Amino acid sequence: MTVEAAAQLAYLVSVALFVVGLKRLASVRTARQGNLLLASGMGLAVIVTLVEQGRLSYQWIILGVAIGTGLGVLTVVRATATSMPQVVARFNGYGGAASALVALALFAQELVVPGADSVLVRLGATSASTLAVSIIIGMATFSGSVIAEAKLWGSLRRLGRVPGRFVLLLLTGLLAIGAAGAALVLDDVVHASVAAGVLALMTLAIGILIVAPVGGADMPVMISLLNSLSGLAAAATGFALGNVLLIMAGTIVGAAGLMLTLIMCRAMNRTLGNVLAGGLGSEDAADGDEATTYENIVASDPEEAAMVLEVARSVIIVPGYGLAAARGQHAAAELADALAARGVDVRFAIHPIAGRMPGHMNVVLAEADVPYERLVEMDQINRDFAQTDVVIVVGANDVINPAARQASGTPIAGMPILEVDQAQRILVIKRSLSPGYSGIKNELFEEDHCTMLFGDAKQVLDELVGELAANPA
Amino acid sequence: MNGTLLLSIYVFVLAGFLGYELLTKVPPMLHTPLMSGANAMSGITIIGAIVLAGATTGIVSLILAIAALALATTNVVGGFLVTDRMLASFTARRDER
Repeated sequence: MTVEAAAQLAYLVSVALFVVGLKRLASVRTARQGNLLLASGMGLAVIVTLVEQGRLSYQWIILGVAIGTGLGVLTVVRATATSMPQVVARFNGYGGAASALVALALFAQELVVPGADSVLVRLGATSASTLAVSIIIGMATFSGSVIAEAKLWGSLRRLGRVPGRFVLLLLTGLLAIGAAGAALVLDDVVHASVAAGVLALMTLAIGILIVAPVGGADMPVMISLLNSLSGLAAAATGFALGNVLLIMAGTIVGAAGLMLTLIMCRAMNRTLGNVLAGGLGSEDAADGDEATTYENIVASDPEEAAMVLEVARSVIIVPGYGLAAARGQHAAAELADALAARGVDVRFAIHPIAGRMPGHMNVVLAEADVPYERLVEMDQINRDFAQTDVVIVVGANDVINPAARQASGTPIAGMPILEVDQAQRILVIKRSLSPGYSGIKNELFEEDHCTMLFGDAKQVLDELVGELAANPA
Repeated sequence: MNGTLLLSIYVFVLAGFLGYELLTKVPPMLHTPLMSGANAMSGITIIGAIVLAGATTGIVSLILAIAALALATTNVVGGFLVTDRMLASFTARRDER
């Protein structure tokens, strides 16, 4: 068997590891093992490539790998449980950019070969056209992910509607296709390079135009879609290079990512078209001043709230992004422990999209060692709210907004919510009355049995724990 | 249309079906780790970057290829690490019981 054939067979092992790994990653019990299988599949592929290619300039490979490993490890070490979504968005952008850069490198390599041939002639139609596809998808994924990350940090909240977006998209799209054609057909190095530059710029603009109007609450779905696209970019690179492993793995990620995107859409009761149109928050946020005027707000302090908790027998804590942002997860866990020590039945209600990503609250609360049995998902806990004495909402807003029950008329209409308004008392820990990501008013805050505790989530929770400790049962 | 291309198209279509059918029911708590793991996997483009960074001729393509390799490696290494970190916080507690 030749080295090449052996390498192809080893690639097949890699792909098998990818498939089994993804499957295991999708189930709680085997998830960590699944991730390990994926990583080992990747490691095997890298080793096989290094061996098969033989005489490579290893110094450049070591340089690139060293920079990437350093950057990757550093990013993860510096990430907090709260900023996980941003980190995923960033890595996703890197993946897309890498595919596009590989394609551009191949383009540059073929372009400078002496002889007056265009890249199209040198590479052939399939390789050349998929090379262009790789640049288009990869670059758009990159700029889209950058915007997504910026939006998750909250630094681009004002970037909502882009005037004439559809026309602009059409225009940049046509320009990109034209530039791609020119870059491949032109045989003059300078002209073709300029065309490739225009192509890269246009596709960067396309990514920005697509992601810019997407509402913050929809961002997880958008990132998942971008992830699927970066898989397809890898597959296109595979076609351009004639590498079957890239085609297989890239396509599997692309398809599985699309499936995951649809699953996530379903969990949020939204359609993909809806998300892409950027319906959430785009129009109502414009007249946000009027939407957020409140009357009949009852505010209180931790001391009074602790008295309410002292006589409660069942408590449900509803965490939201505010908890993660204030890093209040440990304080929330302490409060739950303090209540449980008093014999209170205490649980956490997890809305699937609370926070900035599906499962974000699970990640955050897991960091604070909240016991697994205390985390209850929306469908299971919703019928229990009516028999609950006190609900403590910590930095959540849209996921408990009764406006979602209306069939239409609001950006969150039809989204499943936690039915906290059915509980006897509701304590809402929130920094201010500012609206959630949807940009709409929450009438729950005006209800008679709802009391606001204004302040930083961690601080208020700490004070509640202190008050409870000061008055032992 | 040559045989290699035809075979590549076969692989592409079948891999697409496989990926699409692979995930059917995913508990919401795993949405984020799964997205993160799949994201790390899309760093497979690292293979292409290695081949080009190690074998390309010409300074422009070399610089582009090294940049691609650095970004792809960040995607792969960081992606799997961050996924493991998320999952570790889930499973550590389960082992205690």
